[in-house]
Amino acid sequence: MSDRVLEVNNLSVVYKDSTVFGKRRDFQAVKNATFYIDHGEIVGLVGESGCGKSTMSKAILGMLDDAEITGEIKHYTKRPQMVFQDPHGSLNPAKTVGWILEEPLRIFGKYDEPERKRRVLDMMTRVGLEHELITHKPSELSGGQKQRVSIATALIQRPRFVVADEPVSALDVSIQGQILQLLLNLRDELDLSYLFITHDLNLCYSICDRVVVMYKGEIVEQGPVEEVYEHPQHDYTKSLLEAVLK
Amino acid sequence: MAYVIKKTGVLIISLVLISLLAFLAFQIIPADPTTKILGTDYTPEKAEALREQLGLNDPLPARYLNWLKGLISGDPGISYSYFMPVKEVMQGKIQVTAALSLFSWVLVMLFSIPMGIILARFQGGHLERTGIVLNQVFMAVPPFFLGMLFTYLFGLVLQWFTPGGYVPFSAGFGKAMGYLFFPALAIAIPKAAKTAKLLRSSILNEMNKDYVRTAYSRGNSRWAVLRDHVLRNAMLPVITYLAMSLADTVAGSIIVEQVFALPGLGRLLLSSIGNRDFPVAQCIVVIIAFIVIFMNYLADIVTQYVDPRVRLN
Amino acid sequence: MKHYLKDKNFKAGLIITGLMVLVILIGLFWTPYDPNAMSGSEKLQGPSAAHWFGTDNFGRDIFSRVVQGAGATFLIAAATVAIGLVVGLIIGGLTGYYGGLLDEILMRIADSILAFPSILLALVMIAILGKGKYNIILALGLLFIPSFARIVRTEVAKQKNTDYVRNAKLMGAGDMRILFIHIMPNIIPVLLSSVAIGFNNAVLSEASMSYLGMGVQPPDPSLGRMLSEAQGYLFQAPWYAIFTGVAIILLILGFGLLSEGMGGE
Repeated sequence: MSDRVLEVNNLSVVYKDSTVFGKRRDFQAVKNATFYIDHGEIVGLVGESGCGKSTMSKAILGMLDDAEITGEIKHYTKRPQMVFQDPHGSLNPAKTVGWILEEPLRIFGKYDEPERKRRVLDMMTRVGLEHELITHKPSELSGGQKQRVSIATALIQRPRFVVADEPVSALDVSIQGQILQLLLNLRDELDLSYLFITHDLNLCYSICDRVVVMYKGEIVEQGPVEEVYEHPQHDYTKSLLEAVLK
Repeated sequence: MAYVIKKTGVLIISLVLISLLAFLAFQIIPADPTTKILGTDYTPEKAEALREQLGLNDPLPARYLNWLKGLISGDPGISYSYFMPVKEVMQGKIQVTAALSLFSWVLVMLFSIPMGIILARFQGGHLERTGIVLNQVFMAVPPFFLGMLFTYLFGLVLQWFTPGGYVPFSAGFGKAMGYLFFPALAIAIPKAAKTAKLLRSSILNEMNKDYVRTAYSRGNSRWAVLRDHVLRNAMLPVITYLAMSLADTVAGSIIVEQVFALPGLGRLLLSSIGNRDFPVAQCIVVIIAFIVIFMNYLADIVTQYVDPRVRLN
Repeated sequence: MKHYLKDKNFKAGLIITGLMVLVILIGLFWTPYDPNAMSGSEKLQGPSAAHWFGTDNFGRDIFSRVVQGAGATFLIAAATVAIGLVVGLIIGGLTGYYGGLLDEILMRIADSILAFPSILLALVMIAILGKGKYNIILALGLLFIPSFARIVRTEVAKQKNTDYVRNAKLMGAGDMRILFIHIMPNIIPVLLSSVAIGFNNAVLSEASMSYLGMGVQPPDPSLGRMLSEAQGYLFQAPWYAIFTGVAIILLILGFGLLSEGMGGE
């Protein structure tokens, strides 16, 4: 237990119908989810869109304001972060790369300006961004560069646990591999654990240690990747895998 | 029908609220009318008696209710400047403002609807380009300046009317309206330019829709499509806008009455503010506010009558 | 900013407003004559090489007076827009960000205020506050708050649900930091058009109020006040009213075109 990063017990998320008039129609997006992530692991969260995987990851990071959350979410690390699917939307369009990267450190408030600048440049090197991009705005960057900035922003406060929400699905196929390799390298360099959300089962197989399968808001199956892929127990997992392996 | 009842309920609440706000607004001003009314006759005893007579010693809620009662029954208090009933001070003024603003409202419609259609019909041509530039300039001309230009050109140079002159309705409807023509025109032109612009973009917006393309593909001409399909839909936002712009022509007449020295509510409002004759100012403000609220109400009702889509909401 | 330059309206607006501002700026330091210098021998003269716009009933140079009046009107408009913008940013920002019942109520109030002709509300406020330059700035400034607050509210509510804002929250940024440092820079482009239309309305309102004698009072200059003086000499010196009026039109037209070029109404 000493090397747990995250523990989720009986998590349920219900979206309340916000209209005052008319019938209330609540929507249960996540039902009784229980799983964990250990130190250094990459855990894949798979399922078709609308199955509740995004909602669950947002609930885990406390990003849902308008839903009722029950159950237990235990973080064993400080300041968990998120890499968003669409780097175009996750970077403030009005600011420069340098400002965007420095902002988490300003909020963190522990370092003086020269130290912040040093850390920004250091992180840019780590994620493979040329230093001269520091004065550019997100709109002047390529998709791959934007996602590198987005990763750097998530990592600059030095979290130990990161939720990656489909981090490559918005990118060109040619760049996807580079960004995935970057995420793997950074895990080793910076001692990270990932919750990796994806709908791509091949991708999940190639990088994840364990996999959690969600269907209609429920976790239907979980376990080490090889085990689940070779001996799927639930019908839904079987049909998913069949579709991919065809 | 439920919609009309609901809107009527909102209308009544709004009218009461606005009368309360207007009443309170003029209570903020510290003004003791007694010195003004009594003038050299002023003695503390007389002032006190006058205050009692005007009801100024009553508590605020009682004064509001009295005033509201008077307003509904057509007797909204005593003018401080003239020391006679506000009703009598306003005698004949409402007709002038009503005639002027209605007149200019009709002119707005007469100008803007053909203008908007022509601009949309000849999209991309020289006529449209010239029209748009002119439209843009007309939108920028303040009505009171336009009024001055008319006074100079048609009054002083061409002598079609006597500047500063006014013919009451008792001297004949046609004659009176003749004197109101240029003031009404001054109010109407900038407003018509804005309305034409709205209608043009509304038509062009409608022209890009699928059903219009279908109509074209059946071999209909641009005019035919415009007339048979587009106009009805394109007029919807314009009707709402026109209903609400009566309030603007009333506001415009406040200013333009000053240019042409017309004895309407606008001039009376200005002089009553200048003379700190607040019962009169308060009454005029409430009347104009009522017109605004009522026209908004009508606009809502008309829109929902014409456009069934609104009814669903 | 650059991509606006392709728009014809914007270009025309920029040229007109630019020229007006240039003349106004020069006028702050230098005008051909002292705008207040009277000359008994040069009363009510038509436009000439010596007096481009002619002279008024006191023999004062109308060009110099128009430049001075345009400057005063422009400054009043700027102050008015500044009040509306700053207070509108704060109110619209907070209600757009937090939403809820207060947001609902404030926006209803804003809509009701916007339904009334501004000239009527301005007259009521002047009745309460009294006439004069500073009161007209205050009255018009207060009246401009609802429209700015409405636009800011809509934009902030839109921006609130973006990933960059979620990201900033996740990093631990406070609400005020998110609202004013992260979100606000993103709504400035939208606001520029509203600021231009605000200037347009402010010039018209100030000129109207001062023309009616409810705004700027003598001896403070203003185009609206000059127009009401010029009316008395419409027959002897029509150029007085015409040049003053054209200056008002150019200011209004310029800002109107700028706003339209930037995608406003």
